[in-house]
Amino acid sequence: MREPSPQSIRAEALEALLIEKGFLKAEDVDQVILRYGERVGPLNGAQVVARAWVDDQFREDLLNDGSAAIASYQFEGGQVEKLVVVENTATVHNVVVCTLCSCYPWALLGLPPKWYKDPEYRSRVVKEPRKVISEMGFDLAAGTSVKVWDSSAEIRYLVLPQPPENLQSYSEDDLVALVSRDGMIGVAER
Amino acid sequence: MAGTMNINAPRVHDLGGQAGYGAVQREPTDEVFPERWQASVFAMAGLGMVTAAWNNTDRFRHAIERIDPVAYLTHGYYGRWLGGIETLLIEAGVIDQRVLDDRSRDLGGIQAGSVAARPKLRADPMAAVSGVASKRTAEKPPKFNLQQPVVAIAGNGLGHTRLPGYVWGKKGVITAVHGYWVFPDTNAHGLGECPQVLYTVCFNSEDLFPDGEEQTLVSLDLFEPYLLGVSNA
Repeated sequence: MREPSPQSIRAEALEALLIEKGFLKAEDVDQVILRYGERVGPLNGAQVVARAWVDDQFREDLLNDGSAAIASYQFEGGQVEKLVVVENTATVHNVVVCTLCSCYPWALLGLPPKWYKDPEYRSRVVKEPRKVISEMGFDLAAGTSVKVWDSSAEIRYLVLPQPPENLQSYSEDDLVALVSRDGMIGVAER
Repeated sequence: MAGTMNINAPRVHDLGGQAGYGAVQREPTDEVFPERWQASVFAMAGLGMVTAAWNNTDRFRHAIERIDPVAYLTHGYYGRWLGGIETLLIEAGVIDQRVLDDRSRDLGGIQAGSVAARPKLRADPMAAVSGVASKRTAEKPPKFNLQQPVVAIAGNGLGHTRLPGYVWGKKGVITAVHGYWVFPDTNAHGLGECPQVLYTVCFNSEDLFPDGEEQTLVSLDLFEPYLLGVSNA
C-alpha cells in the first residue's frame, strides 16, 4: 500500500466537509467513476471514425459540421459544444492539444490520459510535433505536413485517421476496434 | 483589454512552446481514475452552482490558474483542480480554511494548505449566473473575413485569458469564423459574458518558433479582441 499523497488526504477532507454540509453524496463519486470508467470513453469516437471510413456521406457531413453529424448518437459526457473533425490524408497529419489547460472532447474520447494534461506534451507538441509523435511511437512519413490544433476556446477537435488499406475486408465492428484514442488525438496512425 | 505596451511574462499554465520539458510520460494503465480521490475531485468540480461558489467554467479555469505555480506543475491534473476548487469554496465562504486544514491534519495530512487559496489578482465580483453552454447569437458582422491576415495582441499575464503567450505579437490568417461566444476574459471575473466573435487563426510554425519544425501549421481559436488587422503588404 502506497503512502497517501497530500492531495488525496486534502481531497478526502474536503469531500467529508462537503458531504456534511449536504452539497455532495459519496455515491456521486461512484457515479463519476461509473460514467467515465464505463459509459464515456474512446469507443464513442471510434464508432464515429469507423462509420466515416465506410460511409462517404457521413464522412462529408462530419467534416462539414461535426456537431450536427454526431447529434443522433446522443453521447453523454460533455465538453463538446462545437465539434470540428480534421482529416488525415497521405500528405497531411493533424494533432490536437490544449496548451492552456487540457480541453478535450470528453463525449467522444472520455477523459484525457495523464500525458495529455502534463506540461511535457502541452509545451512541446506545438513546437516540435513530429519529434513528440515519434517519441510516442509513430514516425510520420517524410514530407508529411503537420497541422497542430490548439483548442484554446470551446471548440473541440477530433482527428479522423486514415483508414486501413484493405478497407473492404473489414466489418464496421472490426474497424471500430482498429481506432485508438491516440489515433483520434493524432499521436498514433489510427 | 491590455495594450501591446503592457507586456508581461505568460503565467505557468500557459505552456505552449515553453522550452525545457522532457519526454512525454505515458502511464502504465489507461485507468481514468487510478485513485479514488481523483474521481472525488471530479465530482466536487461539479458543485459550483450547488454551493454558489462559482458559476461558470471560465471562473473555474481561472481559479486553477491562480494556484501556487509550483503546485501547478507538481500536483498533477486533479491536484490542480483540487487547488482551484479549494480556492473558490474558501473565497465564497462555503468552507473555512482552518476547518479544512484541521480536518486534513486529522486524516494524517501534513503541510496543510499547500495548494490553498491564492490572493485574487484583481477585483472580481460574481456576476449573474451564466449557463454551461457558451455559444451566443450574432450581434453584428465579424470584423475579420476568411483568409484575412491578423496579428495577435500581446497579453499581460494578468487575469484569465485564452490567448496563449506563444502567439503574442505573431501574424496569422483567419481560417474559420465561428460566430459569437462568451468571452472568457470577462466571464471569469464576473464582468459579464460580453460575447465576442471567435475565429480559428492559422499560424506558420516558423513565425512562432524560429527553432521549430518546418512544414507545420498551428491553429488556435481566438476571440476578436485578441486580434488586430494588418495589411497584406
